[in-house]
Amino acid sequence: MLLDVGSLAAMGVALGAALGVASHYLAVEEDPLENELKDMLPGSQCGQCGYVGCGQYAAALAHEHASVNLCGPGGKATAEALAKKLGVTADFAEHEDVGPQFAKIDEDLCIGCLRCIGECSSDAIIGGPKQMHTVLTDNCHGCAKCFKICPTEAISMCKVPVTLGGWHWQKPDVVEHVH
Amino acid sequence: MKLFPVRGGVHPEYRKDRTAECAIVALPMPERLFLPLQQHIGAPASPVVAPGDQVRKGQLLATAQGAVSAPVHAPTSGTIVDIADCLAPHPSGMSQKTIILETDGKDEWADLPAGLDDPFAVDGKEIGKRVAAAGIVGLGGATFPSSVKLSLGTQKKLETLLLNGAECEPYLTCDDRVMREYASEVVDGARIMAHALGTPKIVVAIENNKPAALKAMAEASSAFTNVTVVGVPVQYPMGSERHLCQAITGLETPARMLTADLGVVVHNVGTARAIHQAIRFGRPLLSRVVTVSGGAVADAKNVEVPLGTMVSELVEFCGGLRGEAKRLISGGPMMGNPLPALFVPVVKGTCGILALTAAECNEAPPGPCIRCGTCVTICPCGLVPVEMAAFIRKDNLEAAQRIGVMDCVSCGSCSYICPSHIPLVQYFNYAKGAINAKDREARKQDHIKVLVEAHNARLEKAAAAKKAAAAKAAAAKKAQSTPTADSKVSA
Amino acid sequence: MTAVLIDKSGPFTHAPTSVQKTMTTVLLALAPATVFNAYLFGWPAIFLFIVTVGSCLLVEAACLQVQGRSVSGGLSDGSAALTGWLLAMSLPPWAPWWTGLLGAIFAIVLAKHVYGGLGQNVFNPAMVARVALLVSFPVQMTSFVAPKPLFSGTAPGFADSLAITFGSAFNLDTMSTASALGLVKTNLSLGIPASQSVGNTPGLVDMLLGFHPGSMGETSGLLILAGGLFLMWRRIISWHIPVAVIGTLFVMGTLFNTMSPDRFTSGLFQVLSGATFLGAFFIATDYVTSPVSKQGQIVFGIGVGLMTWIIRTFAGYPEGMAFAVLLMNSLAPIIDHHLRPRVFGRTRQGEPLPLKGDK
Repeated sequence: MLLDVGSLAAMGVALGAALGVASHYLAVEEDPLENELKDMLPGSQCGQCGYVGCGQYAAALAHEHASVNLCGPGGKATAEALAKKLGVTADFAEHEDVGPQFAKIDEDLCIGCLRCIGECSSDAIIGGPKQMHTVLTDNCHGCAKCFKICPTEAISMCKVPVTLGGWHWQKPDVVEHVH
Repeated sequence: MKLFPVRGGVHPEYRKDRTAECAIVALPMPERLFLPLQQHIGAPASPVVAPGDQVRKGQLLATAQGAVSAPVHAPTSGTIVDIADCLAPHPSGMSQKTIILETDGKDEWADLPAGLDDPFAVDGKEIGKRVAAAGIVGLGGATFPSSVKLSLGTQKKLETLLLNGAECEPYLTCDDRVMREYASEVVDGARIMAHALGTPKIVVAIENNKPAALKAMAEASSAFTNVTVVGVPVQYPMGSERHLCQAITGLETPARMLTADLGVVVHNVGTARAIHQAIRFGRPLLSRVVTVSGGAVADAKNVEVPLGTMVSELVEFCGGLRGEAKRLISGGPMMGNPLPALFVPVVKGTCGILALTAAECNEAPPGPCIRCGTCVTICPCGLVPVEMAAFIRKDNLEAAQRIGVMDCVSCGSCSYICPSHIPLVQYFNYAKGAINAKDREARKQDHIKVLVEAHNARLEKAAAAKKAAAAKAAAAKKAQSTPTADSKVSA
Repeated sequence: MTAVLIDKSGPFTHAPTSVQKTMTTVLLALAPATVFNAYLFGWPAIFLFIVTVGSCLLVEAACLQVQGRSVSGGLSDGSAALTGWLLAMSLPPWAPWWTGLLGAIFAIVLAKHVYGGLGQNVFNPAMVARVALLVSFPVQMTSFVAPKPLFSGTAPGFADSLAITFGSAFNLDTMSTASALGLVKTNLSLGIPASQSVGNTPGLVDMLLGFHPGSMGETSGLLILAGGLFLMWRRIISWHIPVAVIGTLFVMGTLFNTMSPDRFTSGLFQVLSGATFLGAFFIATDYVTSPVSKQGQIVFGIGVGLMTWIIRTFAGYPEGMAFAVLLMNSLAPIIDHHLRPRVFGRTRQGEPLPLKGDK
């Protein structure tokens, strides 16, 4: 009987010690999650997420459990990719999906001050001093930095229109088990 | 000719008897025609006319934009009223830029390019150019610009031109009638296409439920030894390009590739007829045969309709609607698109206009899946609809993609056969659209990333240059302010 | 014309199929065998049948009500009736009424609604119920009577039958006999070789026609077979599972019988005795609990046949069909996961097919 108790106890101690040693020497290093998350964000440092820049948001995502759906210009695709990376489910219930936006300059109000051109993170605005400025919509991803800086409020953020080519069917609205 | 079995498929009630024996009748020219700038796959055409212009029949109204596009021509003479946003014959309910033409009843032809007496003496490229100029697109409903398909002969080694006379959708009989009434035109068009493509063989595949069409085409092609007319089994979706190609050649088109990679190019019989008209007579695509049918149509017919005719006028010509029409469809009931209203135009891809009653639609609220596996048995693409639909319902589009939802051709056989009336193919249409949209968004994000990085690099470079210049200036200044024998030290 | 609908894409036509039609066809296929068995075993069997099916319907209605789902819709699709019918077929014909009721509760509540209702269960409800009853009430579930055809002299009258099914005047010791499989197994444990026992069992022709003891579904093999073929003709089931089950049983039986006739019964005996036909055509082919792909169904059928044979031959129970079906039910999802059909234009591994002439 003593032999039984003794052998089991010895095994327990030995295996426990082995686990302890393994957890120390075979520990997996923390992978550079923050950098990977940062790479997934647009990088325009627009601040719409509420953090100072994409790097800060990435840090918050990695360490402070920030919500994944705060990046407006990144859109739903980015939120889902972040969620997948972090292994969480993206909760879109609270999030108001404004959809992709682009900036539009009202030519009547533009004074050619060059400020928006300096702010634009993806070089989507063209124009010269005292010349009309205009947005190249293909290069605009809706970060709205130009919108905030324009002194005459000539810039408005518009929803990207759905074209005939870009339209697709919505998910079937099926309420199951209702005979 | 040896035929090969095609996996899966369903056998719906064809209901073609209402219009199969109705000869094609021409619609009297309407007062107004509405010609969308996009009636084809590819970039929309660009107008070359303005409101107020007088145009004649066959005149170019809008030019093709880019390699994959098609021009638009005036179906008759008249005045351009406007180029405006009109309701599109599209399930989105959106509008698109449309040329509105007020007809003058004179039907005056414009100066057409001369037809070719001997197309076989002409280079394939020239034929392709003329087909493009005539605005011809796939008239089976896909509306892919035919000239682009004809140019495949220069890129790949082709063996067979396969003319698709299957018409496997219920109700539709337009191809059937075209083959019966214009067999020689179809055969001539086919031979011209084969010449342009460089294919030595032509096979005309017609489903066995069209014996008169088989006979007519066989007679019309009897003089040409390289043309074979073959009856294929009546099976939906036999008209699907890849499956018809398998029935004739026994080969499966590899995923993400074209039938042309197997040496086969597939064209619709209506397209062949249009090419005959364009090459022999220089006439652009101005009208098409449309089957108007369905339980809610009073007088079902096959009609030769000028492009741009309002569907409402076409339906009026067929006796109008009787009773309650549950669905208004452009095309066939399996893969056709629901139309948002009667006030949409007939376009190049409109094979049929169906007004179906509720009884014909046989819709029912979906019930729980009983895992009967019938959808798996009949899927012609070898997919597992029950599993894909379950993933999509739970918003797991990636898993659905992994088991092959992007390979779905949306034939609708699964939804047709499901005893619980589960909207299977509707889930797949949504999933394919959402996955494509996500891919587009991802590509845009990549594009923006490149721009942002370039922007940052530019700024860094400017800052570094500025710093270097400042350092240089400071060094120069320092050198200047160092005391020398004859320097004037400034304060 | 009413408002034009663009809420969904096609197809805008539908095959004349429905869940109700499918279930009704299966019931139709079971009807001849059921009627014959009602004749064979008389009023007690009829009462038990009514109690079982009725209980299933009642329990189903109660479950649907509790969940807030439509009761009429749930009952009208016929799935509860079918479960009850199959359960009744697998009970001993003169079993007491409460086996039917308890069986209904096991089947409908535990094996169906706890999992989420129609289409969501992993295990075949009728078999879960049968196995649960078998394990809990072995005596009542293994007491079979020799056929006492209705209207014949030996059959109990109406009043006596009521007493048998509902009363405690249930004394099967005086009436019970063993089924063929039971006899073989008992004798083997007594040292009597199988080849000898087979001589004492009802002849093969009798087993096929049904004049032998057993549960209602075990008796008339011919009528069940006819029902199964009818289902195959109507394309409700395909040949894959039945052929796999029966084929495997036949092969295993023949193989081992040739090696050792004293220990193992012949292939034909295996196929004609017990619930083979019922299991192969009606139980194992249950849509919800069997794989969806054809390759998967064959593997499933082979598994059922194999397990049935093993349990019949080596295990403690004479009839292994119910256990075998349940064991394979648990494997159905994994079979489905691995045995999908090959996608058009792709290899089995999912890569695009190579073009001819590609290196």
